[in-house]
Amino acid sequence: MSTTYFTNDHEWIRVEGNIATVGITNYAQEQLGDLVFVELPAVGKSIVSGGACVVVESVKAASDVYAPVDGAVTEVNDALGANPEIVNSAAESDGWLWKMSLSNTSQLDGLMDAAAYAKMVG
Amino acid sequence: MSAIRELTLKSLHEKAGARFGAFAGWNMPITYPLGVLKEHLHTRTSVGLFDISHMQLFEMSGENVDQALASACPIDPSLIAVSESKYTFLLNENAGIIDDLIVTRYAPDRFIIVSNASRADIDEGHFQKAAHKFGCKLKALSRVFLALQGPKSEAIALVCGLDVQGMIFMHGRELPGDIIVTRSGYTGEDGFEIAIPVNQAEALTTKLLAHPDVEWIGLAARDSLRLEAGLCLYGNDLDETTTPVSAGLLWAIPKSIRETGTFTGADAFRAALKNSSPRKRVGLTPEGRMPVRNNTPIVDENGNELGTINSGSFGPSVNHPVAIGYVDRAAIEAKTPLFATVRDNKIPLTISPLPFTPHTYFKG
Repeated sequence: MSTTYFTNDHEWIRVEGNIATVGITNYAQEQLGDLVFVELPAVGKSIVSGGACVVVESVKAASDVYAPVDGAVTEVNDALGANPEIVNSAAESDGWLWKMSLSNTSQLDGLMDAAAYAKMVG
Repeated sequence: MSAIRELTLKSLHEKAGARFGAFAGWNMPITYPLGVLKEHLHTRTSVGLFDISHMQLFEMSGENVDQALASACPIDPSLIAVSESKYTFLLNENAGIIDDLIVTRYAPDRFIIVSNASRADIDEGHFQKAAHKFGCKLKALSRVFLALQGPKSEAIALVCGLDVQGMIFMHGRELPGDIIVTRSGYTGEDGFEIAIPVNQAEALTTKLLAHPDVEWIGLAARDSLRLEAGLCLYGNDLDETTTPVSAGLLWAIPKSIRETGTFTGADAFRAALKNSSPRKRVGLTPEGRMPVRNNTPIVDENGNELGTINSGSFGPSVNHPVAIGYVDRAAIEAKTPLFATVRDNKIPLTISPLPFTPHTYFKG
């Protein structure tokens, strides 16, 4: 069983046990436009909620993707190296960015569920 | 600051779903729903329509117009036949570039000048002065100004009733209805720039847009297109501290006036020719796929600064990052390995011939 949460910064985080998968929402990829490059973190990197973890770049601009919760990177989506456009075509599934262990699961309580996020982006 | 200026065709852009942003005092369409990447590729493979009405057209006319123009710009009007366009500059007394311009002769005594939006007011003052000195008239024209760019441009222009048959690159033609067309543009592609009286603009634009191949293209893709084409953007790659020599644009100054011309900045220009500037403009290809953006320092392997990236983006057609920057001549000659630092990454840069994508201008 997994539970998916959403952040004010337009990330989604799918939690299964103590591991979470993180990506940007479909709304976010629409706003960013076609991606041409994704800079992924090193596996093992410690990350802190609110810290920049990934950079997604369109033709025009680079945008940070923030860590939604504290933890450490356990895996990154290597497919994005050659095919960053997967984030555009499948932002909330195959276009995931990184997986992480969770060091403070209580932080999840402050995040939105799908209905609340949908309401936020209108 | 004066209020932000709105395009005559704003409602057409809104209807097309444009996202707007401020550029040089204008509220301009930056992208459309197609998105910058696809807008860029569409222009290269089909045809794109750009609203460039922020650029200012001036008409300079009078018996002594050649002298007036030759006093203002490093140009030789005797080499410009009727219908011919030239790329030129306004220079300051230090030969720094005040603006880069296109001038087209439409009659023995009449030229049209196209200025960049950000410099139009300053340019007007310089041209006004030159016109006055030689008894000529200068008039700022109020027009909707469109660019139609890409391999299908000629076919679309003809279908829409614009008689561009037989025109070649860097030539202009006056059409019925006070429409002025030049076969030029700023994407590296074949295409046209079309100046239309305001009261006819919506009708002609709607006609162009009705063709299924025509897509609106925003300023964002205009920037990536011109960068791949190796063309300078005033304010990024050119400013009052760069000269035509350091910018590598000497080709635009005819040999006939390099030694004897009396244009503004001529002495400093001749000095710049003899004592080359420490840095010069080059094309740069960053290794890998990570774009290197504007204003990133260029360094050697020890971090010593050797230049700056002035324009940097991802090139959708070449499918890798592209950049234009200024680099120390000594480092270029010594083939010093160059790098740019982006976040924590030290990215090797290779000096590359410009353009990155071949120009496809129609030269007859």
